[in-house]
Amino acid sequence: MKINKNTINKIARLSRIKLDDQESEDYIKDLNLILDWVDQLNEVNTDKVEPLSNISSSILPKRDDVSKDINSSEEILENAPDKLEGFFAVPKVVE
Amino acid sequence: MNNLIKGKKYDWEMVIGIEVHAQVKSNSKLFSSSSTKFGSPPNSQVSLVDAAMPGMLPVINKYCVEQAVKSGVGLNAKINNYSVFDRKNYFYADLPQGYQISQYKFPIVGEGKVTIDFKDGSSKDIRIVRLHLEQDAGKSLHDQNPSKTYVDLNRSGVALMEIVSEPDIRSPDEAGMYIAKIRSILMYLNTCDGNMQEGSLRADVNISVRKPNEDYGTRCEIKNLNSIKFIKQAINYEAKRQIEILESGGSIEQNTMLFNTSTGKTRPMRNKEEAHDYRYFPDPDLLPLEISNQDIEKIKSTIPELPDKLKNKFINIYNLSNYDASILTADKQTSDYFNETIKSDPELKKSSKIVVNWITSELFSLLNKNDLELISSPVSPKNLGQLVKLISTNEISGKIAKDVLEEMFSSKKSAREIVDYKGLKQVTDQGEIEKVIDEVITDNPKMVQEYLGGKDKLLGFFVGQVMKKTKGKANPKILNDILIRKLS
Repeated sequence: MKINKNTINKIARLSRIKLDDQESEDYIKDLNLILDWVDQLNEVNTDKVEPLSNISSSILPKRDDVSKDINSSEEILENAPDKLEGFFAVPKVVE
Repeated sequence: MNNLIKGKKYDWEMVIGIEVHAQVKSNSKLFSSSSTKFGSPPNSQVSLVDAAMPGMLPVINKYCVEQAVKSGVGLNAKINNYSVFDRKNYFYADLPQGYQISQYKFPIVGEGKVTIDFKDGSSKDIRIVRLHLEQDAGKSLHDQNPSKTYVDLNRSGVALMEIVSEPDIRSPDEAGMYIAKIRSILMYLNTCDGNMQEGSLRADVNISVRKPNEDYGTRCEIKNLNSIKFIKQAINYEAKRQIEILESGGSIEQNTMLFNTSTGKTRPMRNKEEAHDYRYFPDPDLLPLEISNQDIEKIKSTIPELPDKLKNKFINIYNLSNYDASILTADKQTSDYFNETIKSDPELKKSSKIVVNWITSELFSLLNKNDLELISSPVSPKNLGQLVKLISTNEISGKIAKDVLEEMFSSKKSAREIVDYKGLKQVTDQGEIEKVIDEVITDNPKMVQEYLGGKDKLLGFFVGQVMKKTKGKANPKILNDILIRKLS
């Protein structure tokens, strides 16, 4: 797979990131290098190998259904650029 | 059953598949310990995990997994020993992570089915494709400010079960019955509170139309419907829209639609030119979820009697019709109430049909009028049982029983107390009734002449006069018999 201008634009749009021409060029180069590097793995034949999801043979840790009262409003809104009456206020997004 | 709808030129069939999003009933969220309580102050139940602060890791809620398994069993579905959590990536202001943790290729529950029952006694199976666990997003308020959207993340991370049906549904009514059945099953299982107003159960509806026996048409998806009434309205509108386009030679564009509840119309969502690309991949923060058969069996053993089984039991034991039994078992409150009523007196088993009628018509209409749920009914099952017994043993007439029930409803007294105190006991003594009839006949010689002259309708007049004199307490059957004998 090769990353071209179209792919980089699509990824940027999905991530809501604005790239100028120079940045696009740089990312195309970087991402292609990464893909080439990972592509080396294709040299190994994995036809009969199950995907490995877990190298530690540990099992998914689970917790009990206990809720904590955290009253988080103040702390959670501390970094919000804009807020009102306990809500985050963001640019209007309506669909 | 014929579900075809008429267009201007052809008959059309609707093909409908539904995705139900049911909020798991639990104390804490799917991957964090924040509370799931509804209606708390905005952003007060948002942990650092829910806010997607850097370095936070999800830890799964054991109980939510059990709830999903239970629901799967209730949907007659296959429980998968192995399932995987994936990231579904999309950008939106109320999704702090930038992705929703969901299940894609390997859901926790596989194929199943639910049965819906029609009024005419027939029924139909709707196949389930899958049920998977996922996180809910936060809530956006768009209408509070002209230039801002307000975001509340309390709901962010709450566990949802998404239940996907095959496109087996053929009409708005079937769609409504399907949702009602899913809701009923989940409420029996106590895995979802079923509260559609609070958004605990919402549906996305996929709909297309076709001429009978042709291939499926192109479908549109109507998002986020939160009442059965709206679901039916939206389907009706959307089907009509599609038929009009097709009959005027156009073609349907696959689209995601929103339903406007005040206009009753659907419209396409904006930004359609940019088709969603969710880039699913396994969440590296979560190991696959493995459930042993032993665990599944353990969960199965905790499952209560479900509506279909209970329905059959009611049909067999109490000799009820399929439809009556399905109304009684539609929700647990009703079936519990019926059970308690009928068990309050061994004699009532013979009067099961009367018990059903008094619960589902008289009591329900009083509850509706007073905006009450059955669970907070001022008339206890035992008291209703007593009332039905008074009717079935002819101590009071059905008409008087209605007044008694209203009095029971407002005073919380027992039926027996009210009947005794007000002297409402039905007069079944033939001699006593005969005496009153004689009086009425003597008082109305003209009417008697007319009746004998062929005006049969006047019988009602005489019945009315006798009822008036006995304050409605004369047994109607005995009254009728004697009256006809006397007047012939």
